[in-house]
Amino acid sequence: MKNKFAWLLAAFVAFIALLGVGLTLKPQEIPSPLIDRPAPDFRLARLEGQEAFSPAEMRGKVWLLNVWASWCDPCRQEHPVLVALGETGKAPIVGLNYKEVRGDAGIDISRMAAEVEDALVRERVSRWLAERGDPYLVSVLDIDGRVGIDYGVYGVPETYLIDKAGIIRFKYIGPITPEIVKEEFLPRIQELQGDPAAGNVSGKEAKS
Amino acid sequence: MKGTCLFPRLAIAFLFAGLLAMPLARAQSEAKPLAENPEVEARLQEISAELRCLVCQNETIAASNADLANDLRREIRAMILAGRTDREITDFMVTRYGDFILYRPRFTGKTLLLWLGPFLFLVIGAFALRGVLKRQRPADAPLSEAETQRLARLLGETPRSSAATTQGTPDA
Repeated sequence: MKNKFAWLLAAFVAFIALLGVGLTLKPQEIPSPLIDRPAPDFRLARLEGQEAFSPAEMRGKVWLLNVWASWCDPCRQEHPVLVALGETGKAPIVGLNYKEVRGDAGIDISRMAAEVEDALVRERVSRWLAERGDPYLVSVLDIDGRVGIDYGVYGVPETYLIDKAGIIRFKYIGPITPEIVKEEFLPRIQELQGDPAAGNVSGKEAKS
Repeated sequence: MKGTCLFPRLAIAFLFAGLLAMPLARAQSEAKPLAENPEVEARLQEISAELRCLVCQNETIAASNADLANDLRREIRAMILAGRTDREITDFMVTRYGDFILYRPRFTGKTLLLWLGPFLFLVIGAFALRGVLKRQRPADAPLSEAETQRLARLLGETPRSSAATTQGTPDA
């Protein structure tokens, strides 16, 4: 009889432990299948300059791709952290502005000409960077969100860490904080910088 | 009550039959501009009903009004028009958003426990049930030799054959 109760108790404890693990998981954070895969290629207009930007230009560098928009409140909160990270010069940050105008719930673009939208995007992005500081090596404009889909963006801000060979090594969903920079980004950047092959860093999904 | 329910049910059945017949009727007429091609829209509906909206996680992309769901429906429509198969379109989504976007995740090593877990629990339950039932003797099982002798002793009789049962005992 005693044996039987021991089994029941063990099963119960295991079940509680399972539920406990479940409580620590965040269903909002969806693991990206792009980790340890090549960063999807794209060509997008730059905020400044005529030529389109392509991630191939970043080959040989460990860099960050930060997806943001001025209508996204957490981006406002995250921006000073990016500015501080940019100042350290540890890794260049490419700013991917995501659906600046058509993502803004307050604007109806159904009757807006493409040139008008383009001009409005540029104006809004420039104003934001002038007011809050520009941490980006280059700012690119994903006006219709098509590149965002290729990167599996489902909420801004999102930040990707890409290695010298153009492989996505890490993705952080949500606003970056100084703690996240220190604990998640800097150690990985250092490791990827040091290792030319950059093969021994395990890609992991962010847990905030 | 039954009678009052019948009419709406019939009406709904006819309505559905009509809806199902509609694309057929349309298909027979002149080819429509692709953007409002009902076949494309039907396939879009079918595919997007199997995909989870990542913003509002308990809605399908077909049902969701989220911005991202609109964008993804637009992508799916473009891919249908480009002649891609359903499998190619869902693959497109899975490579970007992972298995999570599928309401019915594919059967892979990662989802093995998800698919087989319920059956595993069923097997565990069946074994547990068998264990419990084994311990309970059926009420009409024949007595063992030792039990027969003990019964006879208590009743003050000489032991009979082992086939004796509790019902078979005469009054003491």
